Amino acid sequence: MFTLYKRRRLKNAIALSISVFTMLFGLFWLGWILFTLLEYGLPGLTAAVFTQNTPPPGSSGGLLNAIAGSLAMTLVGTLIGTPIGILAGTYLAEFGQRGWLAPVTRFINDVLLSAPSIVIGMFVYTVYVVKIGHFSGWAGSLALSILVIPVVIRTTENMLRLVPNTLREAAAALGAPQWKVISSVTLRASRAGILTGILLAVARISGETAPLLFTALNNQFWSNNMNQPMANLPVVIFQFAMSPYDDWHSLAWAGALLITFSVLSLNILARVLFRQQATTH
Amino acid sequence: MPNSLREAHHKHQNMLDILFRNVTRLCAFAVLALLIGILVSLIFGSLPAIKAFGFKFFTSAEWNPVTDEFGALVPIVGTLATATIALLIAIPVSFGIAIFLTELSPQWLRRPLGIAIELLAGIPSIIYGMWGLFVFAPLFGDHVEPWIKSNLGTMPLIGPLFSGPPMGIGLLTAGIILAIMVIPFITAVMRDVFDVVPGLLKESAYGLGATTWEVMWDVVLPYTKIGVVGGIMLGLGRALGETMAVTFVIGNAHDLSASLLMPGNSISSSLANEFTEAVGELYTSSLIELGLILFFITFVVLSLARYMLFKLSQREGHTA
Repeated sequence: MFTLYKRRRLKNAIALSISVFTMLFGLFWLGWILFTLLEYGLPGLTAAVFTQNTPPPGSSGGLLNAIAGSLAMTLVGTLIGTPIGILAGTYLAEFGQRGWLAPVTRFINDVLLSAPSIVIGMFVYTVYVVKIGHFSGWAGSLALSILVIPVVIRTTENMLRLVPNTLREAAAALGAPQWKVISSVTLRASRAGILTGILLAVARISGETAPLLFTALNNQFWSNNMNQPMANLPVVIFQFAMSPYDDWHSLAWAGALLITFSVLSLNILARVLFRQQATTH
Repeated sequence: MPNSLREAHHKHQNMLDILFRNVTRLCAFAVLALLIGILVSLIFGSLPAIKAFGFKFFTSAEWNPVTDEFGALVPIVGTLATATIALLIAIPVSFGIAIFLTELSPQWLRRPLGIAIELLAGIPSIIYGMWGLFVFAPLFGDHVEPWIKSNLGTMPLIGPLFSGPPMGIGLLTAGIILAIMVIPFITAVMRDVFDVVPGLLKESAYGLGATTWEVMWDVVLPYTKIGVVGGIMLGLGRALGETMAVTFVIGNAHDLSASLLMPGNSISSSLANEFTEAVGELYTSSLIELGLILFFITFVVLSLARYMLFKLSQREGHTA
């Protein structure tokens, strides 16, 4: 017969063992997925991947046009989304104490942060692709920029709030107008933090597939024209993985390996930067 | 500096101040406009389908592009079923991981392990899909599903949920992969809210002789209840809208089946598969209406999540 004490200890031991088990359970999936990517992706990762364009069905080739398209659209998407995000985040942190706009924006931004990205793709399709009549790299960039904005707003606001008020007051006491206080004191003080946000946003959009399906679509050939359908890694991976051809499969795995490791490195880089920011305050 | 010049300078700076403030305000307003734009465009795009099917759209399982008959029942059920499976798995696992990271783990392991779990959220959705289709689903279909079928499938009441051929792909597989994907989100919120519990409260409980489990279950969890539910809702919002991973493994069949082992469809996977190929106004418009339904559901869920987390942070302000 257990005493109450022993029963409580036993319950504790069981619960804590389960907790350790859940931790291992979480790590297990991460390990398994990364292992799979290396196992299937590494053999396909040849020089041709970076020098040749995507092949027609059943023959070998590379991913050059897809990599270039992804880089271009990610770049343009980030360039459109970042300034809007930083300015809006600045408004929330510096001018957002009064009025209705700031709380409403903050709330909507938090919702948009987790909104299904496929709906964003659909939105860009209905307001842009349908109007100009064809899929294009610009449309893809536009969809990605909509995903960038909430991430950047969120981190910018949080980082600006970390800046001590005494810094603002000191600058104001020296006679600096508000725009100068914000642009050359508070924003500058939270540079590393804001950069973290941008990196996280880039990491998020570089793996996004759903919003590109209806906007950039895909293109088997090299294209410099952002106004045409544009190849990009995620959609190529999707198409190739769903196809019955072995050559396409191995390219899809190579692409998957490339994307995952770039996204994960960006994530880790962002964390290192954030740590620096946190320690300077 | 002569007075007039100084005044001019002052005026100039004042103008710049106003300009700066309004530019930032305009950008904040852009977020609001974006939401309204998304809603309006989706509603506008789905008008033909709403006119044609009305409320029947929600109750009809028909999805036939040839006869132009569309109903959203199958994808809605698929979305809800996969998200429910995901939460059933992810909630206890996330709670366990959060306990481990806040109470059990040695200090030096906390950061690397925390980052490892967060990296699960960084892996792109399409990678989960590929891994799920080529690696997980075959193993699951060969080794786990036959067991589930012969053990759970024969039980009364829940038996029909686990019947049918073990193919590896289907609602259950999609739900499990979704669970892995939302674990980092729920864990992150749980860790954050567990950290706001005043140390004094926990130490008092330990001082009275409570075990770690009792402190977590009877002190920390009740204190952070709203926040934990908020985190779960946040995970639910993610699970509902997740697209690519589900598209790979759900099977994409527009059939309504009681069994979780059978292929089905979710709202997001129907969109991913059919939207670019849809011909005809009614077909496209029905898909847009699906998107509208998805956006609406996730909007409500995520709003509730934010509201709950906001409530928790408010209370924290009062008692601290």
